[in-house]
Amino acid sequence: MSQTNDTNAYWQANVRLILISLVIWALVSFGFGIILRPALAGIAVGGTDLGFWFAQQGSIIVFLILIFFYAWRMNKLDREHGVDEE
Amino acid sequence: MDQFTLNLLFVGASFALYIGIAIWARAGSTSEFYAAGRGVHPVTNGMATAADWMSAASFISMAGLIAFTGYDNSSFLMGWTGGYVLLALLLAPYLRKFGKFTVSEFIGDRFYSSTARMVAVICLLVASITYVIGQMQGVGIAFGRFLEIDAFWGLLIGSCVVFAYAVFGGMKGVTYTQVAQYCVLITAYTIPAVFISLQLTGNPIPALGLFGSTESGEPLLVKLNQIVTDLGFAEYTAAHGSTINMVLFTLSLMIGTAGLPHVIMRFFTVPKVSDARWSAGWTLVFIALLYLTAPAVGAMARLNISELMWPNGTSGEAVSVEQIETDPDYAWMATWQKTGLLGWEDKNGDGKIQYYNDQNADLQAKAAENGWEGNELTNFNRDILVLANPEIASLPGWVIGLVAAGGLAAALSTAAGLLLAISSAVSHDLLKGQLTPNMSEKSELLAARVSMAAAIVVAVLLGLNPPGFAAQTVALAFGLAAASIFPALMMGIFSTRINNAGAVAGMLAGLVVTLLYIFLHKGWFFIPDTNSFTDADPLLGPIKSTSFGAIGAAVNFAVAYFVSGMTKETPQEIKDLVESVRIPRGAGVSVEGH
Repeated sequence: MSQTNDTNAYWQANVRLILISLVIWALVSFGFGIILRPALAGIAVGGTDLGFWFAQQGSIIVFLILIFFYAWRMNKLDREHGVDEE
Repeated sequence: MDQFTLNLLFVGASFALYIGIAIWARAGSTSEFYAAGRGVHPVTNGMATAADWMSAASFISMAGLIAFTGYDNSSFLMGWTGGYVLLALLLAPYLRKFGKFTVSEFIGDRFYSSTARMVAVICLLVASITYVIGQMQGVGIAFGRFLEIDAFWGLLIGSCVVFAYAVFGGMKGVTYTQVAQYCVLITAYTIPAVFISLQLTGNPIPALGLFGSTESGEPLLVKLNQIVTDLGFAEYTAAHGSTINMVLFTLSLMIGTAGLPHVIMRFFTVPKVSDARWSAGWTLVFIALLYLTAPAVGAMARLNISELMWPNGTSGEAVSVEQIETDPDYAWMATWQKTGLLGWEDKNGDGKIQYYNDQNADLQAKAAENGWEGNELTNFNRDILVLANPEIASLPGWVIGLVAAGGLAAALSTAAGLLLAISSAVSHDLLKGQLTPNMSEKSELLAARVSMAAAIVVAVLLGLNPPGFAAQTVALAFGLAAASIFPALMMGIFSTRINNAGAVAGMLAGLVVTLLYIFLHKGWFFIPDTNSFTDADPLLGPIKSTSFGAIGAAVNFAVAYFVSGMTKETPQEIKDLVESVRIPRGAGVSVEGH
């Protein structure tokens, strides 16, 4: 398969989207849930702090949103660049 | 009807359902045996993958580990869900586009090397067998409880059932059976949690109840913190372990999730590339239903147990031996004692059972004052918590029967999925791919079944001395998958630079260092007392053996990069293959004629 400019642009757009998603992925889990927890300690949630909520529930909810957002955005990108499965 | 009969009834009925479905959808051809003819809808596939994925570790073991450690074990929650983000973004759509049966086939083709394929098979076998050990532990506990026998005999009986079950059908049978298993396990997990959440917080949704308030208006987690610190244990919501270790452990579980062959194989079975993306999302939806409930189950069970042992806190009287033996609220203790996983001993002979942390200085002082002679709840296996939970909360008998059926569904579905991955690695990749390429479909199926049997025997032998609680054993398997398979797959898709030599060197380096680190801490081949270090005092700073997978993965990436730089460049046709894997167009519907 010869590489066209369009598939190149498609791949770059994909990689950019992946990078943005992974930054959010790391921020909510490793960030808010673990490393930044002391910084969020002032925000109270149901008898404990926001970091605890992110570690036990919040990050899972964000992961879900991320995957569906990526699937929706990529399926659209496939069509825009004409690389979807007919 | 007594509890024993009720358990048998629930477990028996659920088994009849699975076997019925397996017969109805029995695999005919090899293609159906491995990949269900690629006709599976993303939602159905998501549900089956969720059942496949959520094993004894998630169902039976995880909430117990969270209950007795609190915040520090949040790693299990984040790690085992966050991996799906990696899977959906970095692997699933491309592997579906590539369109072969197994993970090692992709590695063999992408790195144009049968050695790479062999090494991938070895990595896959090591990770999968470690994983099966954890499942067998769970199966043993579940069978031990519902047959009211020792966990050892539970393990032996359970392994026979798993074998019979996995051999019955291939993926197709398994896919539809797993949908049924998902329904059983999620109902079984949720119903007791709803009851307990209502009892403690008045909120029917356990995930909200966890952050809700008790009858007195005090937040549940505040009350829990007070109760456990009163017994001398660490505060539930606070961080106690090393931050570095927690980050690495979470990361290992995440990368491992995306590197486990039996999960990845699932994404070969959806009709289209776009479906592979959705399918990962649906899988996580079904997993999240359990994972959002699990921390509530853990916290609420810890509260209930502490209050049962000390109805009025440590300033009041502890529960008496007589009450444990006669009061129906404590009947679960006698039942679990039979499995050998729960035990108590009235050390000071005062007729009461004092449960507290006897390593804590404040409590030692209090013990001296009151004449306690150490913690008298001498044995409380973390893995029994979820199964015992409805009994601890005095829920109706049918809920207890349902949970027994759910725990077995979780362990069985994963064990079957893993055995399928193991058998396809041996028969499809090792025998047909390398050693005897001309073998017939029939003998390939036979080889698949023989290798399943061998894997179970190995897992049972190693499972007799498990390296930790079920979820911890499983975490080791994730570390191994993280260090070996995931980096090779990711580099295979995202870099054309990594060549055959780089991939082989990377996988071997990642696998070997991780396996070494695990064996040094858990004993060689998990044989007790052959370890040189312990996880309480690990070789490298705070890094425990369960967290080492992330380091192993980094070693894998680095070695692959350097070796590729020093050896011959990837040929053009392989670069073209990588280009074609990156775009969905032309994915095709099937790989017939393979």
